[in-house]
Amino acid sequence: MKIIKGKDLVYEYIKFTDEGEAEAKVRAVDGVEIEAEPGDFIAILGHNGSGKSTLAKHLNAILTPTEGTLYVDGKDTRDENSLWQIRQTAGMVFQNPDNQIIGTVVDEDVAFGPENMGVPVEELWKRVEKSLRAVGMWEYRSHSPNKLSGGQKQRIAIAGIVAMQPKCIVLDEPTAMLDPVGRREVIRTVMELNRTQHVTVILITHYMEEAILADRVMVMDSGKVILQGTPREVFSKVEFMREHRLDVPQVTQLAWELKRAGLDLPDGILTTEELADALDAIRGGE
Amino acid sequence: MSIQIEHLQYVYGAGTVFEKQALRDISLTIPDGQFVGIIGHTGSGKSTLVQHLNGLLRASSGDILVDGESIYQEGYSMKKLRSSVGLVFQYPEYQLFETDVFTDVCFGPKNLGLPKEEIEARARQAMNAVGLDESYDKVSPFELSGGQKRRAAIAGILAMKPKVLILDEPTAGLDPKGRDDILDMLADLHRESGITILLVSHSMEDVAKYVDRIIVMSKGSVLYDDRPAGVFAHWQELEKVGLAAPQVTYIMHELETRGWPAARDVTTVEEAKDAILNALHRK
Repeated sequence: MKIIKGKDLVYEYIKFTDEGEAEAKVRAVDGVEIEAEPGDFIAILGHNGSGKSTLAKHLNAILTPTEGTLYVDGKDTRDENSLWQIRQTAGMVFQNPDNQIIGTVVDEDVAFGPENMGVPVEELWKRVEKSLRAVGMWEYRSHSPNKLSGGQKQRIAIAGIVAMQPKCIVLDEPTAMLDPVGRREVIRTVMELNRTQHVTVILITHYMEEAILADRVMVMDSGKVILQGTPREVFSKVEFMREHRLDVPQVTQLAWELKRAGLDLPDGILTTEELADALDAIRGGE
Repeated sequence: MSIQIEHLQYVYGAGTVFEKQALRDISLTIPDGQFVGIIGHTGSGKSTLVQHLNGLLRASSGDILVDGESIYQEGYSMKKLRSSVGLVFQYPEYQLFETDVFTDVCFGPKNLGLPKEEIEARARQAMNAVGLDESYDKVSPFELSGGQKRRAAIAGILAMKPKVLILDEPTAGLDPKGRDDILDMLADLHRESGITILLVSHSMEDVAKYVDRIIVMSKGSVLYDDRPAGVFAHWQELEKVGLAAPQVTYIMHELETRGWPAARDVTTVEEAKDAILNALHRK
């Protein structure tokens, strides 16, 4: 069974003027199909206002579709009776770590989620330990979260979700406020959960070097999915991505520029090695 | 306007258990009109350093000379300093508070006690500089997109006509388009007005394309201070302090280990392309 199955998703909201009169109807999500198998890693790209966060908020029923249907692990997100099950299936991590941490001690913060689910105490602390180990923050269990770095805080937020044992984690720009080290820590943690525990990952990001790690990339603009495929398929469309003011990895861009200058390079080069290999082949042939 | 930093030290929480030396013996000269990138990982002291430059933090020891005058001498006007050294904080959009964009941009010059015509002329000019035309005048700042909000906040500082503009992570949290808009806008501003710009960032790729000089901070000290190419030549050391060189630096290094001619000056995609085509005699 598909863990996420959304068909013809539309989300509309009404914009009001200062006087409280309805001004305009905004279609933030406009006819999106989204499907994920258990264990998939999907990256969603798109510039601000493209509807990607609105779509993400549907995945754990913070928002429900105006039109169309969305099933999370077989449950209709519009069915209020399934709400708690859906939120346990799909956990969300947001951009700003400071807005997600409520505990005064790391392990208490991680325990907050499962405690609210009514997990028995003994099992609770087992889960806390397991999830803190999974994100590599077990040594910090007795620390105060506000003395940690951004990347560490974000890993605590992820541990808090992991402790609820969701089948799917939705991360909305989890690295946007982090420095390169913090970003690497968080992405490594997410990859680890995906690879070893087969947690389905939906990652919204502006960083192309994160998107290339996904099994599938969806590109959104004006509420629609305008391009999707493997990272290689998506990033081989350098011109298309640029038209939509999105980045491609520097190495992909360089390969594309070289190709335009007349070099015989394949499309969609994603790593330094691939480019070096292809260039070596050209140089060897001369 | 030139800034000279001499043996600057800053200790916070002195005498408490939280005592920490945030800046260690920093000496730097920023000449008039330079476009400088200040790079460092979280906690490296880069924000602490720039907050000294307009007197928000006071050094524990050492001195800062602005146009040859110590800002710590008795009777030095901090008000004057703050109108000539403008600081745009991280997430400056949180500081927008007026009912419309134009009024918000007017706030700074209004506090300088200028006549109304001058205030409005400056606000108009500043909004033009950041690419917000008259149609944004009466828009509530809270209806703008993230990138627009940030540009409005920068306009608020520009309207005070600073001679030095310091921006603390002006592109954090923006999408690629918002990021490019802000950086291109700063590059234009620098070219057209000759203003000195200090850009605090943790993104090497962003900075490499724009600045003349990069200062790398680590653990409260200056680790490197050089042209971008000179700094990125230390890519292995940069990784050790939690930073990374632009991806093209790694590509050129990989090619070099495979026997291609060394091209260590490369910091942008454009330069990498030229270097590779040269090596293949395609130019």
